[in-house]
Amino acid sequence: MSEVAQEKQDLPAIERCHVLICAGAACVASGAMEVEAAMKSKISALNLEAEVSLFDTGCVGTCDLGPVVIVYPEGTFYVKLKPADAEEIVTEHLLKGRVVQRLLSKDADHVEVPSIFEHPFFAKQKRIALRNLGVINPESIDEYIAVGGYASLGKVLEMTQDEVIKLVLDSGLRGRGGAGFPTGRKWAFAKAVEADQKYVIINGDEGDPGAFMDRSVLEGDPHSVIEGLAIAGYAIGATQGYAYVRAEYPLAIKRLQIAIDQAREYGLLGKGIFGKFDFDLEIRKGAGAFVCGEETALMRSIEGMRGQPRPKPPFPAVSGLWGKPTIINNVETLANVPAIIQNGPFWYSSFGTETSKGTKVFALAGNINNTGLIEVPFGTTLREVVFEIGGGIPNGKEFKAVQAGGPSGGCIPASLLDIPLDYESLQKAGAIVGSGGLIVMDSDTCMVDVARFFLEFTVDESCGQCTPCREGTKRMLEILTKITKGRGTLEDITKLETLAKAITQTSLCQLGITAPNPVLSTLRYFRDEYLAHVVDKTCPAKVCRELITFDILPDKCTGCTICARNCPTHAISGERKQAHVIDQSACIKCGECLVRCKFDAVVKV
Amino acid sequence: MKTLEDLKRIREEALKAMKVREGEQGTKITVAMGTCGIAAGARETMSALLDELNKRGITDVTVTQTGCKGLCEQEPMIEVTRAGEAAVTYGHVDAERARRIVAEHIVNGNLVGEYIVSK
Amino acid sequence: MAINESCCCSAEEEAAVQAAINDFEPIRTNLIPILHRIQDELGQIPGWAMEAVADKLDIPLADVWGTASFYTMFDLKGRAKHIIRLCESPPCHITGAKKVLEALKDELGIEPGEVTEDGLFGLELVSCFGVCGVAPAMIVDHQVYGNLTPEMVPDVIAKYREG
Repeated sequence: MSEVAQEKQDLPAIERCHVLICAGAACVASGAMEVEAAMKSKISALNLEAEVSLFDTGCVGTCDLGPVVIVYPEGTFYVKLKPADAEEIVTEHLLKGRVVQRLLSKDADHVEVPSIFEHPFFAKQKRIALRNLGVINPESIDEYIAVGGYASLGKVLEMTQDEVIKLVLDSGLRGRGGAGFPTGRKWAFAKAVEADQKYVIINGDEGDPGAFMDRSVLEGDPHSVIEGLAIAGYAIGATQGYAYVRAEYPLAIKRLQIAIDQAREYGLLGKGIFGKFDFDLEIRKGAGAFVCGEETALMRSIEGMRGQPRPKPPFPAVSGLWGKPTIINNVETLANVPAIIQNGPFWYSSFGTETSKGTKVFALAGNINNTGLIEVPFGTTLREVVFEIGGGIPNGKEFKAVQAGGPSGGCIPASLLDIPLDYESLQKAGAIVGSGGLIVMDSDTCMVDVARFFLEFTVDESCGQCTPCREGTKRMLEILTKITKGRGTLEDITKLETLAKAITQTSLCQLGITAPNPVLSTLRYFRDEYLAHVVDKTCPAKVCRELITFDILPDKCTGCTICARNCPTHAISGERKQAHVIDQSACIKCGECLVRCKFDAVVKV
Repeated sequence: MKTLEDLKRIREEALKAMKVREGEQGTKITVAMGTCGIAAGARETMSALLDELNKRGITDVTVTQTGCKGLCEQEPMIEVTRAGEAAVTYGHVDAERARRIVAEHIVNGNLVGEYIVSK
Repeated sequence: MAINESCCCSAEEEAAVQAAINDFEPIRTNLIPILHRIQDELGQIPGWAMEAVADKLDIPLADVWGTASFYTMFDLKGRAKHIIRLCESPPCHITGAKKVLEALKDELGIEPGEVTEDGLFGLELVSCFGVCGVAPAMIVDHQVYGNLTPEMVPDVIAKYREG
């Protein structure tokens, strides 16, 4: 064999077809691994292994459609798969080349969408932090390198530290974890401090209910976060990094560890990276404490202590982990960094608005058709996100509000649907961008109940160190509970507002400072709902049990007895073929009768 | 890995393996893989095409498949479409013809007139 | 909450704890990683294991207990064989977690925070674990279940009852 031919033999084999299966946690929860196993065995049964490759990829973002599979080169996007469907895809599409129409995703008009390139869910998106999710195999460093990975680190090492910081400053990138502090400025502070040792930390302690972008990025593109951190390390002069990831994300931890090991093997972590820079990275698992997402608490946890926050200043950039200058950046923030270096700061700042540059990942959850992860330029309106990308509200219900920014954020009512999503506009509306969780709520949601729920979360997660947060949020929760039980007074509403102010002004960390926000914003936009609970003793959304009753409409009741037989407290009585009645004193308002009745005779009032 | 050059080399290698994910490439070969096509040996044709492209290190060709084209007596059939050119359909493409089509049509740009069913 | 005083550990358990401790450099920053290892190996962190950790790291037992008890994932009491963690955060709440909870309570005959009499199941309410796209969701041990309905609950539980 000639030398040329010899060399060609070593090339990676060309396959005619790549099948990518989404292995994000949501798809795994709906059975992606079973689908993958079925596909694998069918592929090997048909001897297609040499020409077809099957890979796991990161979260595609369409979590409600899972498990999903993308078949390249066509980009055919199959959704909601069962193992038997997977076998059909192999025999029909992979073997015979016939697209399985019934498994394609459908657009709003129920028309099959032929490929992922044309899917409306992706059409309005600009994916920068999510650029590789659903595109590469997260467990392959080669694929990350193929799409330009680690070239930014190489480029940065040819620049001075100040040049790198200026570039990030120019891009306008702001922290994606909540506060939105300019990333470049944070780096400049830490660089300016003289110290024998500095640290950089990935904050992967994503805990806001409804936010899951950091999990998805760590699972789907761990190398971009590692590369971003190494760049931060170089910029401030740190040689050691930590990745603090919550223990509730086992898959993210596994993929990140694989990525770290591969990077070490390639010499992209460790001593003498590109012959110029020493940098290494270690994972630290959280252990179930929401407050550890707060940076000073997070550092305490890495040190091996109780994760309790401390007052700032001193800021971590001056005195952080073990008293050394430390930068803590959020996962999404870091995932943006390599793309900014690669394409230039002005490319990045060309997206977004005057003060909120670039793109933001939002997690869509709650009462919305397309739940999942999306990335759009700042300034995209809430309406576009909820109705165009998110596909609107399911079951023909009406949009009521969206909770933006989790338990630290606030709600945005229907009247503000045209609000541009950016730091300043959301702040003005009483919400925050925060980590980017958008929980969509339909007309069946009681806003007092929602506020109570977020408060319950804060009370559970308060570390107990400072009094306003520990005691104040508890008192607020008691008042809210009282209101939802129909025992509230007008004075209680004033008390809520006074307490909220005190907690915000005197708490030690952001957890306490922002805890009253859900209450304040629901009071601002849905005060009439509070008043209905307090004054009229009714729950307009018919959610709060103590304020609703179930009744049977005698003219609709056929006397089928199904409700009486299913009532757990035997509160329903009546003769066969006669209208039934509910004994209100025995009714526990479980709603079972309403669900069971086939004649719409049971009503909630 | 010690230099940017090393990184570039790994990148180029890895890119070739991932080419298929960029969507359809300049030249497209479609193999008719209906029941009739498969019965007539389309699987061997497909394998030969892939093998020949691999051997020659050609990466900018998409190999895909389609169902029965309704001209069953000509199976196995393949269709070759080069960017900006009309599709060319070849009939009775066994493994050997497949390799020749790659060599002449794909590499050198010359049609293999004797196998053509339609242009 | 008191330290679990039971010292009826088997030789294997003791060896597992020693191995966990010896795998790490005995410095404070490794306290939480060591506790994770013990939790994984034994399914709980008994008092005698905390004593061993305190000894090795040369810090007071109270300090180890204080740290371990701060984090909800460390089980200091020894609970059930299978822990069912149902998410009660708003995305799950508004998509029907309440009804799933009722079904779980019916099926298991226990309230959140309790353990079934046979010690097989413990039921806990937890906050968001980030699979809001398939809400309502729960985790049984390490397996995540999404898009739950009350009707699915008996089947899932049966899987673990059979072992």
